[in-house]
Amino acid sequence: MTATVAEHRLSLAGAVWQRVRAGAFGRLIGAVISNRKATSGLVILLVFCFLAAFPGLVAHDKPNAEIYQPSLGPSSAHLLGTTAYGQDLFAQLIYSTRQSLFIAVVAGGLATLLSVIIGVTSAYLGGLADGVLSLVTDVFLVLPAFPLVVVIAAYSKNGGDGILIAVLVVTGWSYGARQLRAQALSLRNRDFLVAARLRGERRWRVIVSEILPTMTSLIVAIFLGTTIYSVITAAGLQFVGLGNPETLSWGTMLYWAQNNEALQAGSPLWAVMPGVCIAMLGAGFALLQYAFDEVSNPALRPVRRQRR
Amino acid sequence: MRYVLRRLGFFVLTLWACLTINFVLPRLMPGNPAIAMMAKYKGKLNGTALKALEIAFGVDSKASAVHQYFSYLGDTFTGHFGTSLTFFPEQVSKVVFSALPWTIGLVGVTTVLAFAAGTLIGIGSAWRRNGAFDSLLPPFFVIVGAFPYFFLAMLVLLLFAVTLHWLPQGFGYSDTDSIRLSWHFIGDVLRHAVLPGLTILVTSVGGWVLTMRNNMISVLAEDYVRMARAKGLSPARIMFNYAGRNAVLPNLTGFAMSLGFVVSGAILVEYVFDYPGVGYMLLQAVENEDYALMQTLFLFITVAVLVAVLIMDFVTIVLDPRTRAQA
Amino acid sequence: MTAVLSVQDLSVDYLGQGGAARAVDGVSFDLGHGEFLAVVGESGCGKSTLLFAIACLLSPPAELAGGQVMFRGNNMVAMNDKQLRALRWRSLSVVMQSAMNALNPVTTVGAQFKDAMKAHGERDKEKIRQRSEEVLRMVGIDPVHLGSYPHQLSGGMRQRAMIAMALLFSPELILMDEPTSALDVVAQRSLMVQVKQLQAQFGFAVIFVTHDMSLVSHFSDRVLVMYAGQVVESQATRPLFEAPLHPYTQGLLEAFPSVRGPKAPLEGIPGAPPDLSRLPVGCNFSPRCRKVMPACREVEPSLYSVGQGEVRCLIYAPSGSQAGREPENVGPAGTEAVRA
Repeated sequence: MTATVAEHRLSLAGAVWQRVRAGAFGRLIGAVISNRKATSGLVILLVFCFLAAFPGLVAHDKPNAEIYQPSLGPSSAHLLGTTAYGQDLFAQLIYSTRQSLFIAVVAGGLATLLSVIIGVTSAYLGGLADGVLSLVTDVFLVLPAFPLVVVIAAYSKNGGDGILIAVLVVTGWSYGARQLRAQALSLRNRDFLVAARLRGERRWRVIVSEILPTMTSLIVAIFLGTTIYSVITAAGLQFVGLGNPETLSWGTMLYWAQNNEALQAGSPLWAVMPGVCIAMLGAGFALLQYAFDEVSNPALRPVRRQRR
Repeated sequence: MRYVLRRLGFFVLTLWACLTINFVLPRLMPGNPAIAMMAKYKGKLNGTALKALEIAFGVDSKASAVHQYFSYLGDTFTGHFGTSLTFFPEQVSKVVFSALPWTIGLVGVTTVLAFAAGTLIGIGSAWRRNGAFDSLLPPFFVIVGAFPYFFLAMLVLLLFAVTLHWLPQGFGYSDTDSIRLSWHFIGDVLRHAVLPGLTILVTSVGGWVLTMRNNMISVLAEDYVRMARAKGLSPARIMFNYAGRNAVLPNLTGFAMSLGFVVSGAILVEYVFDYPGVGYMLLQAVENEDYALMQTLFLFITVAVLVAVLIMDFVTIVLDPRTRAQA
Repeated sequence: MTAVLSVQDLSVDYLGQGGAARAVDGVSFDLGHGEFLAVVGESGCGKSTLLFAIACLLSPPAELAGGQVMFRGNNMVAMNDKQLRALRWRSLSVVMQSAMNALNPVTTVGAQFKDAMKAHGERDKEKIRQRSEEVLRMVGIDPVHLGSYPHQLSGGMRQRAMIAMALLFSPELILMDEPTSALDVVAQRSLMVQVKQLQAQFGFAVIFVTHDMSLVSHFSDRVLVMYAGQVVESQATRPLFEAPLHPYTQGLLEAFPSVRGPKAPLEGIPGAPPDLSRLPVGCNFSPRCRKVMPACREVEPSLYSVGQGEVRCLIYAPSGSQAGREPENVGPAGTEAVRA
């Protein structure tokens, strides 16, 4: 009896899985799995998410405890050695994942949200509102982001992660807004939208229920791109000391490493490892984004010889 | 002609936005940070110089905000940027102009090289779709392009300067030399520029390769490329004159947007290598709470970016006759 | 009369994720000097693909799957790039559907003419200019437009400029892929008249692909009707229009109302063209055919001679040879599954 119940459950699960796969979300998952770049990107990100959630499982020391001998090289006790302050480098690295990932994703998400709001509204409203909004977008686009970020951060020194995220959002939204506006414009006069208007749907409803779903793939691509921007820029800011140096993130690790001339003083790992992590996080998102491009535009896929 | 005017108008508008940001920011921040800075100046400056700074930062000034704003604008347009705290008693303008050539040289040359190299590699990569070239190159550049600029700078510094001692560890030129026009000096400058330049080149070329490749792939599917094949033109001619010339156009407009990244990367690279350009100066100014210098550098960086964008706009007009029609 | 072009059993596949779809299936025909051949059919029947296959201009995922293209005695399919290039434009030129897309948007019309001439060894600037002006005049365009960019010309002018370009070397054969589709009715007719005039003057042969049968009825010598990648009827123009043999052709012609004559209800052809990777067993047209017979769903018809032309329909099969007849072609892997 139990055997058939189990079988029944399995076949039910199988049927559900088939239905999920057949749906749009399922197709997306399928495309991601079959694309090698996407899978590697996803794996990298999942590893980082795991480390951010459960750092204690991997690292056994407390990251900020300055209890060890300073500037040790790698050994079995300290996988990556210790910092000039006697902290275990490996523990620091693992625990920093949370902060770095958090800042990147939150800033990326908020900036994307802002892009969507401004870009789509601008395209949909048209006329003067559109003119003004796109002008603002273009100005922000051209203003060099990093110097602006530095200037704002300089005035609000040690303002904490909130300021950091705010600054990233303010400088990161314009790129996506421009692209979204362009796509929304091209969709604006398409037949299915005219039909919605004729049905008497209210404007915002049309935007949310008709336009946005069509733009999902672009929005996801922009989210990934903005997150990469956030990863790199946040790291850069923290590196020059404009983030909060007391927090635990890869960028601040680099700051302390640079301050103690780690490279020249013979503890290169202190300077190199956080950089490697930042690069890998960025690369994870970048691979996912690149694969996403290929999924939405099949012409870009590598040409493989067909086996007959 | 209208196109040109529109672009110039945009230039002026952005500049104005930049100046306004400079004006508004210190006043926005809680506990006007400029007040602390002014304390440092009080003993050293007097008279008009001090007054100008007060107006620029809104400290202790009896004048209304609007009046301050226009005074500030006036000062800026007449080139009175104030006195630098970091390099006291040098004028900010002098500091900025001494740093500008270094950055323009380094960033300008490497960016042009990266664009040219990226474009050519992108064209080649799209042309041969079946090879290992096309399967390996894009992921490679995607990954390298995600590296933070300064990280690569540090690696390069570690490898070539600290470990191998092939190239100098920093600065624009050796301490022992003074600035003069001689082959020896120029050679010295170039040696110091290799590592920072290489870093910028390697991280930025990837972006160009990828976008160019994507553009080329779209263009190669176009009818006029098939037509060119039908006419019996040589593959090289088709690749460059028909496909390449059309594929590069979106990149030119994209150049403006990418400049932001290039500038940010350049600032950090200069920092790592202690290279005396505007980026390095900017970070020095921040460290020393030298807001006058900081603001002016921000202004000039913006101007440089805008000029580059304008140049690209004109190049687009030359290369794409359709924009001329819109003009 | 020796044919200028002889296509023999030409097949083209489109490679896709799920296997190959045969877009062109064993097409054969001969083209005489100065002959105007029209290739007509619905969208997706393979006529443009056929044209590009003949010109050896296929690009992935389309791939030549078999057959020969004998042009002036040489098999083009077997030639390498270099040999083909020597042949291109001098003897064989192409006019494409949308001149806006087929002309390089960033160079002038004159520059594109020059490109073609220089590619075939003409270096003398003066000669190039003269010839360019000459061909433009032939199609009725003021030579001053050599300095114009494609977007500066009107649709009709662009199309004629393309035809002028095709005439640069007075080729023997010009392939035209729906050159009138992007034009209005008046411009269409004027273009067709021009093409016929030039043909009378220079004696080149034309293969004209279109979905508009009424357009070709006045201008072509012979018509090839295509369906699902196969030629279903091949006839001289007048006999075809007066007495179409294949049910598909009959359906097509009945869909055009006559301006004169009594009012008659319009008949369409029910259904839709088949998925080329999943062709029906037997005749490709059987699911939609009014005159379908039981044998049609089992036996694949081949081309049967009727009068001066050929028809791919079992109605015209020589008697006593239908039942138990083996299918003509062994289809590719994808279609085998369906036929089995």
